[in-house]
Amino acid sequence: MAEPDSDDSLNPMSILIDELQNEDIQLRINSINKLSTIALALGVEKTRKLLAVVEEAIVREKAVESLRAISHEHSPSHLEDHFVPLVKRLVGGDLVNSRISACSLFSVCYPGVSIAIKAELLQCFRDLCSDDNLLVRCAAASNLGDFAKVLEIDDIKSEIIPIFSNLASDEQDSVRLLMVEMCVNIAQLLPQEALEALVMITLCHAGEDTSWRVRYMVADKFTELQTAVGPEITKTGLVPAFQNLMKDYEPEVRAAASHKLKEFCENLSADYRENVILTEILPFSQELVSDTNQHVRSALASVIMGLCPILGKDNTIEHLMPLFLALLRDECSDVRLNIISNLNCVKEVIGIQELSKFLLPTIMELAEDAKWRVRLVIVEYMPLLAGQFGLEFFDAQLHSLCMSWLVDHVYAIREAATNNLKKLVEQFGKEWALATVIPRVLTLSEEPNYLHRMTTLFCINVLSEVCGQDITTKHMLPTVLYMAGDPVANVRFNVAKSLQKIGSILENSTLQTEVKPILEKLTQDRDVDVKYFAQEALTVLFLA
Amino acid sequence: MPLLIDDTLIYISSSFPKLSNLSSFLDDISTYVSGRNQHHRWKMEFWAPFLIQSCSSPADIISTVEFNHSGELLATGDKGGRVVIFQQEQENKIQSHSRGEYNVYSTFQSHEPEFDYLKSLEIEEKINKIRWLPQKNAAQFLLSTNDKTIKLWKISERDKRPEGYNLKEEDGRYRDPTTVTTLRVPVFRPMDLMVEASPRRIFANAHTYHINSISINSDYETYLSADDLRINLWHLEITDRSFNIVDIKPANMEELTEVITAAEFHPNSCNTFVYSSSKGTIRLCDMRASALCDRHSKLFEEPEDPSNRSFFSEIISSISDVKFSHSGRYMMTRDYLSVKIWDLNMENRPVETYQVHEYLRSKLCSLYENDCIFDKFECCWNGSDSVVMTGSYNNFFRMFDRNTKRDITLEASRENNKPRTVLKPRKVCASGKRKKDEISVDSLDFNKKILHTAWHPKENIIAVATTNNLYIFQDKVN
Repeated sequence: MAEPDSDDSLNPMSILIDELQNEDIQLRINSINKLSTIALALGVEKTRKLLAVVEEAIVREKAVESLRAISHEHSPSHLEDHFVPLVKRLVGGDLVNSRISACSLFSVCYPGVSIAIKAELLQCFRDLCSDDNLLVRCAAASNLGDFAKVLEIDDIKSEIIPIFSNLASDEQDSVRLLMVEMCVNIAQLLPQEALEALVMITLCHAGEDTSWRVRYMVADKFTELQTAVGPEITKTGLVPAFQNLMKDYEPEVRAAASHKLKEFCENLSADYRENVILTEILPFSQELVSDTNQHVRSALASVIMGLCPILGKDNTIEHLMPLFLALLRDECSDVRLNIISNLNCVKEVIGIQELSKFLLPTIMELAEDAKWRVRLVIVEYMPLLAGQFGLEFFDAQLHSLCMSWLVDHVYAIREAATNNLKKLVEQFGKEWALATVIPRVLTLSEEPNYLHRMTTLFCINVLSEVCGQDITTKHMLPTVLYMAGDPVANVRFNVAKSLQKIGSILENSTLQTEVKPILEKLTQDRDVDVKYFAQEALTVLFLA
Repeated sequence: MPLLIDDTLIYISSSFPKLSNLSSFLDDISTYVSGRNQHHRWKMEFWAPFLIQSCSSPADIISTVEFNHSGELLATGDKGGRVVIFQQEQENKIQSHSRGEYNVYSTFQSHEPEFDYLKSLEIEEKINKIRWLPQKNAAQFLLSTNDKTIKLWKISERDKRPEGYNLKEEDGRYRDPTTVTTLRVPVFRPMDLMVEASPRRIFANAHTYHINSISINSDYETYLSADDLRINLWHLEITDRSFNIVDIKPANMEELTEVITAAEFHPNSCNTFVYSSSKGTIRLCDMRASALCDRHSKLFEEPEDPSNRSFFSEIISSISDVKFSHSGRYMMTRDYLSVKIWDLNMENRPVETYQVHEYLRSKLCSLYENDCIFDKFECCWNGSDSVVMTGSYNNFFRMFDRNTKRDITLEASRENNKPRTVLKPRKVCASGKRKKDEISVDSLDFNKKILHTAWHPKENIIAVATTNNLYIFQDKVN
């Protein structure tokens, strides 16, 4: 019995125990997590009472997990005396939930028990696999692989394979689709000779199942099946199956197959890989590029660039580049994004010169598209592209494009271009900014169109953050202060706002000697908004 | 052992062949009996034990009624977003003649009114549908939905409470921590039964248009929700994702010609569901065929009767409710004037059609003007699929016996029915001389409409909702 040393030491314990019954679930869980602490404080007898009280809060899955964990602590005779009867009780239970829980417990208690008990357990498992209730069959089906792992090879062949066949032709597709994954698990346990029969038959039936979900699972697990069967069977059996999946009439299946395209090709054996890809896979991929469903095209776009290293430079240029270009012009932005995000691996293979030769024209076209939303996409990708291409290339080819966006007709583009500048400077550094970006930005302040002059101020707002005090004070502040005398009021009050923003980076002496006089002058402006923002700025900067 | 039917004793000898379907046997017998008896009565006589629920404020207008799978509980939803659950008393052993009465078991506020800022529209809290989940453990679960959000509620009983806290007195006051000298574990002690309802899941933001139906799948893991143009599939455990399985929205909204009016999963086949449209068609879809079930597997449509064609034909052909039979072989649809029973194996016409209030056909113009022509009546099957029921105006409701082809009109009103009296059949006189006790069409009260009815899954107990009241009628047990 825990005796308190001081009154304080009991208080946390008291709170913990009381909170076991709190309405708030989170507090109950906290207390339950501290059960061991509580038990120590209470001592043996009171703890036993406690566990009975807490029992209601334990969720079925956690219970099963715990049972699986503690089964390792049991000796075989213990398992036979206590664990196996528990499993049998669950199997014979009326409630569906008890039978579902039972399914996960076979693999942990089977090893180590006597032959007779093993036979009983097998029978129980067989019963669960042919249970009337769909949920029970599904639970049993999903545990088939786990269970098979603890059986002898002969047992697998004589017991598991028949169960597998039955479940694979179950009338409910929910059960059949689980068998695809189980096929992979079981294949890993079988010797090579037995594999072909099992996998190919499964593949054949499942790949042509009338329920699209089963075919989807085949596509989803395809590369795992490929690993399980090995290169010979892949060449003869799997390639045709993969082709069928790529032209399945259900878009979900085609998308799943597309996702696996790169991995499938990578795992093909080197001696026939290139040939197979060029003659068997690529024709189908070409169809997918113009698939009606955008998710299929998007899935294809995310992986297809990965084929470049496999095919090499010449094949890439001849066969893959047309596909990339088509996808780059796709109407769905996801598709375009997936291409642009993966340019790196293409660059590695064919080099930056070739890449730019092919892609740059398209990018430039898109950057000047009549629809501003299309232009916006390229603006937003620019930091990504700049990173992929590198500084030198960027300066040579893309720099002027970025600057031209600053004077686009559409405000959204100008705004995005401003943010773009910030990210570029973050990537390439402030020396680069000083040399290339800032001069151009500052010349905008001389533009006849007041909107462009305002763009200067917006750029300075974002650039000051990344360029720091020195550059801001020496190079950008003078222009801002000069623009306080602009004839257009909008420009003048944006000067006030800019000063407020960049003021936090400037030195106090600068603020006092240069900024304050200008702001004070602006508070006397004839325009009421200018006066307002100037006053704001003075207040915020503590200059008032 | 003798079987008592309609005062006629029938002995079943032990050599009688074993019957797996008792209810169809009973139906056969009743046909036999009513053929023999000249003065046959309507086999079920309903009587009114007492009035269950009276509502005075508009917010209490009942908008949905649903029995649970055992029939022990009856849930109602109202316009004010509240759900009231009634529970049947356990059968009184002494009074074996009456089944238990229904008393209030739990009341809770399911939905609150909301405001959609983007469209500047109010979202009503009115409960459109309630559906019960089959019982898996001691607690009961139901789904309730308004126009936009579906909620899963857990209704549980508590008859024990913990006593003996360390830091709290029995009355709830906090104890001074310094006075605690030993630790103790709270123990459970019995208390008065308390029924608690708590929201377990909230399924929101998946529907642009108003939700009209929800239906739970026979796999007990998924359910569908349908609005005017789309049907979504949900998993009961997952609230942040739902799959769209039907989308009839045209690319150009100006080409919109029909909307989805109701949807339901098949009671046994977890891949099949139907949805009905405002044009009088029902589509059956199989989810295994494709992920997006835009192409139907079956299309049920009856060709229009040219002699009945009128300006209002399309409006009155709109299906307001669709319900599968318990067997799963048939489905019933309700349009404005009739109830139709379809065999799932035959798409080109229904196998049975029952006229609910054909006398209204000549009044369609005035019903259009007072908007009554757009009323959405529901319909329901009895437990053995032998009788169907639907509501009408003037607080009348109608039942059709599919085997005897007889029908009856009953009235749910307080004036005419004292508790424990047998309900008298009613009759509407369409034209010509009105007999005594008949009501003429022109004196029907179109504000008193029965849109929502429900039939106990096993017994002859029905729940009927008028505008302001909920009635529960039971079959007279001899």
